[in-house]
Amino acid sequence: MTNKFDINNTFDPDDENKAPKVSKEVATKLPTPAKGVDHYLRRTDTDPKAAKRAERQVAALFGASSFFTLVFLVSFVAIPREKKIAVSLIGVTGAQNLVLGTSFGLAILLIGIGAIHWAKKLMPDVEMVQERKEMKPADEVQQEALDAFRVGATESGMGQRKLIRRTLLGALALFPLPFVVMLRDLGPAPKGELRNTAWQEDLHIVTDITYAKIRPEDIPVGNLISAMPENILEIQEEEGNLNERGKSAILLVRMRPEEIKSQQGPDWDYQGIVAYSKICTHVGCPIALYEQRTHHLLCPCHQSTFDLADSGQPVFGPAARRLPQLAITVDEEGYLIARQGFQEPVGPSFWERGA
Amino acid sequence: MSNTTVNKKTPAAYNYVDSRVGFSAALKRNMRKVFPDHWSFMLGEIALYSFIILLLTGTFLTLWFKPSMTEVIYNGSYIPLKGIPMSEAYASTLNISFDVRGGMLIRQIHHWAALFFIAAMVVHLLRVFFTGAYRKPREFNWLLGLGLLTLGLLAGFSGYSLPDDLLSGIGLKIASGIIQALPVIGTWALYFLFGGEFPGTEIIPRLYSIHILLIPGAILALVTAHLLLVWTQKHTQYPGPGRTEKNVVGYPLLPVYTAKAGGFFFIVFGVTTLLGALVAINPIWLYGPFTPDQVTAGSQPDWYIGFLEGSLRVMPAIEFNIFNTWTFSPNVLIPALILPGLMFTLMGAYPFIESWITGDKREHNLLDRPRNAPTRTALGTMSLSFYILLWIGGGNDIIATTFHMSINSITWFMRVALIALPPLVFIATRRICLGLQRNDLDKLLHGKETGRILRLPEGGFVEVHEPVTEAELPKLLARETYPVWELPQKVDANGIKTPKYRRQLMKAKLSGWWTKGDLPIPTMKEIQSGQHHAHEALEQAHEFGVEPGKEEIVTSTNH
Amino acid sequence: MANLAKFRRNRFASVLVLFFALGLVSIGFSGVNKLVTPAAAKIGSEETLVDKGSALFAEGCSSCHGLNGQGTSDGPTLAGVGAAAVHFQVSTGRMPMAAPGAQVMRKKPSYNEEETLALAAYVATFGPGPAIPSEEQVNEWQNASVSEGGELFRTNCAQCHNFAGSGGALTNGKYAPSLGQATPTQIYEAMITGPQSMPIFSDKTLTPESKAAIIRYIQELNKSENPGGMDLGRIGPVTEGLVLWVVGLGVLIIFAVWIGARVR
Repeated sequence: MTNKFDINNTFDPDDENKAPKVSKEVATKLPTPAKGVDHYLRRTDTDPKAAKRAERQVAALFGASSFFTLVFLVSFVAIPREKKIAVSLIGVTGAQNLVLGTSFGLAILLIGIGAIHWAKKLMPDVEMVQERKEMKPADEVQQEALDAFRVGATESGMGQRKLIRRTLLGALALFPLPFVVMLRDLGPAPKGELRNTAWQEDLHIVTDITYAKIRPEDIPVGNLISAMPENILEIQEEEGNLNERGKSAILLVRMRPEEIKSQQGPDWDYQGIVAYSKICTHVGCPIALYEQRTHHLLCPCHQSTFDLADSGQPVFGPAARRLPQLAITVDEEGYLIARQGFQEPVGPSFWERGA
Repeated sequence: MSNTTVNKKTPAAYNYVDSRVGFSAALKRNMRKVFPDHWSFMLGEIALYSFIILLLTGTFLTLWFKPSMTEVIYNGSYIPLKGIPMSEAYASTLNISFDVRGGMLIRQIHHWAALFFIAAMVVHLLRVFFTGAYRKPREFNWLLGLGLLTLGLLAGFSGYSLPDDLLSGIGLKIASGIIQALPVIGTWALYFLFGGEFPGTEIIPRLYSIHILLIPGAILALVTAHLLLVWTQKHTQYPGPGRTEKNVVGYPLLPVYTAKAGGFFFIVFGVTTLLGALVAINPIWLYGPFTPDQVTAGSQPDWYIGFLEGSLRVMPAIEFNIFNTWTFSPNVLIPALILPGLMFTLMGAYPFIESWITGDKREHNLLDRPRNAPTRTALGTMSLSFYILLWIGGGNDIIATTFHMSINSITWFMRVALIALPPLVFIATRRICLGLQRNDLDKLLHGKETGRILRLPEGGFVEVHEPVTEAELPKLLARETYPVWELPQKVDANGIKTPKYRRQLMKAKLSGWWTKGDLPIPTMKEIQSGQHHAHEALEQAHEFGVEPGKEEIVTSTNH
Repeated sequence: MANLAKFRRNRFASVLVLFFALGLVSIGFSGVNKLVTPAAAKIGSEETLVDKGSALFAEGCSSCHGLNGQGTSDGPTLAGVGAAAVHFQVSTGRMPMAAPGAQVMRKKPSYNEEETLALAAYVATFGPGPAIPSEEQVNEWQNASVSEGGELFRTNCAQCHNFAGSGGALTNGKYAPSLGQATPTQIYEAMITGPQSMPIFSDKTLTPESKAAIIRYIQELNKSENPGGMDLGRIGPVTEGLVLWVVGLGVLIIFAVWIGARVR
């Protein structure tokens, strides 16, 4: 065995590779077959029949691709948009999407497979080698570049003329400021809207989506209602957005009064019916997975769990603060109303929130 | 090699353009440029091609999508949503899916391509990391790549939020909750991003310009720089026959690499299209339009944000109330902002940290086999295990329902495993790498095991070894060790304090840890004698009629 | 007697004694059996529904729920659950519970419809509770608006059962099941009785019209219409990501290996 492997086995930290003296010719020379690499002949190299067969295969692949493109073009106009078909594993699906997609996909894929097959079977697969120069240019070249810079810099006078340099830097530092300042109107300054919701005294509680007022006797123990303030649609119309929905959404659940271990205020419930904010105090997902038997409310986003029988305290998960409770009672007609607004901001924490 | 012809007449068209642009020199240099050929070098290509697919399909989508949160009543052909109020963004996405021919297909290809884009970047990153391809001169490319990964994540998040459906809207709400938890500037940042409170009417149009203009522009710029560096620095290659640090062995750009890389583009496009045709993704018509008071069980983001979802889920509930005036929320800030910030910073700094510890300032164009850099590989698998645990944690409720487990137990398991498992993975990986190194060393010093057992006439069994082939030798030889720096003295001989003492001390200690357990490099003499012995033993075995490859125990008496 | 004693050592004597003993035991057993077993086996006789139910209850339910449904340590009281709850639990096969666990699971029902109605009628006598919804009430779903049903479903049901009714996780191993096999009657009954962890949605706050719309929407979901292609369980990005990594990247990497592989 000959020792022709010149891999450097010893490491000398001071020996940085010096750029080899490679002439420009060598660096740009066309690649040559690599030495020391075994080259195996393929069937298609030795047997002309195999090469012809490979050629036919590549042609067939390209031909099939064209065929599938035609299928696409025809189905685009021929298959009605609403037509549905039942396919195993997929169920009932749109015929047009299925056919368009499959034909288009095959048309593209077959071009790729054809090209690869062509390269592998028919194009020369002799491994070639090219020289690699070190990325660092030769020292003289570096010096010439630096010299060019130095000449130019001296000619500019930046070095000597301190006044020009300083005032230029000042101007350049300042001129981007308008770009930043003009972003001011991206949003209004926060004014504490996060602290308030639409809830206030005497506002009726209505069921979400159907907006019907609620009587306490209609709520059996274990019932869950997603509810809103009665004026929610008006507010949405007025403000032109869904912001209030994201703050005023509440849940009503009924327990047996003796099951309520604690509340956020005296008599905030009404005969065992409690109202809590529907917005999780962790990062704000609506939270409505109420487990009737345990009185636990689970948030599907990060699994914060709150005990609605115990002032909405968190019992599991990343939420650190209890769910705000809404104090409720009934009006003269016997419909549920809020006694007051929320006594703390609903939703996720923010720096100025405080208590 | 095909013969290039000389002195043929220059084609008129070529001459026309060349006389005005003057590209012959560049073409001459590059047309037959050699690229190494290995499947693991194509992972970055998947990302590039996916990006092109995203641009093409995305342009199509922009022709119909309306980035507006104005409320409209749906009147298109999807019956279960007819008459429902929704934003124009959502309605236009339904329109693309159900009323534009080919719209559903293009939408689904776009979303699948987005998933591929980021997945390909991640596997490409892993390949680059485990083979040490980020070392000099490619550190900038590593940083560009991390930038591309970050942009990809932002592009994906902004993109899937555009249809304003219930699932992505929940994700936006979570993002707003994270933003508003920022100390001091939180509510300001929230108001500036959303134009007021959540959800407002500004976020979708703003995400639109970010998603179709700013981010693709930045990606195009970074990708161009990334590819330019690969081109000028030439691609790395695995150690093998004929391959050295000073050459590149492979196939020329024209015709082989063009056919293979170009063909692969069509394959990636074709596979993505077939997925878009056959497998539903992001069925927004089932999620319903976004409203901030509805939620669905199993709320997950797309896979690439999953690790953040997991970190938010397993974080314990730590929040501080400061003098009843300010609220500081580590339970939100740590998992959502500090953790990813730390991860990306560490990844970005890594090439520089490693070269500082090893002291290696040389150029590297030959890749490392992962087993030959045990500490690096172990750090990689350790970080990967941490990431995967977070990723799985993000789907803990799906796991719970699929395997009939309790989400509470899964969360607790994750909290413990995130701390306990990665160090175990580190230790195990390092052991495995060193074991593989030992295997290689054995091959060099004793030849390859053939599996043939020889019973010697004087008694005793011996396994026949054969010498390593010439083709295999470079791979086995391509291992280096790094020095362990001497512990510095606090003061030198004259009593003067050593400058940067702490730094040097840390560097010395880390270099010891880096090379712990490394096997000695054999000298050429040892290797040659070992191969020679194996060669002789094989000759001897041949005399006994032993052929490697046949499964039979031969004794000297029965041949 | 003296004559009989002559035969006591006969070789057939033991056989005779054996037959005699067997006869005694079988007659005795059937007699005792008739005393102990209530008329459970006698389906199709002229007993009332409640009596039938009572017999079935004693045989299949009383061991956990008590002979009068008052509850034991193994099962809660059934006083006041109503016929609807029984019909729901039994027709979905949840009851009788096969094995203890965090939650009962749907399985093949142990009783046919007639027996289920009998059980329901009997349990209804323990105390007033929700009645089985009438056919007209349930069939209203065919006239309901599917889009309104969608809105109501997403507000009231999706948070536990997921946007497509594929089910979701609750705490400590409990779960909201998939709605894929639920019949309109069962859906109605579940809403008014609140089985296990599920809250109640009474008819006064979620009106029968709303319930009909929700059922209409669930029927639509269960048609397994997938305009975009194969649905991956309809549980969202998790399965999409799984398909991406396993199928998508897997296929592409196989292609990449093929591209780089040496040709023979």
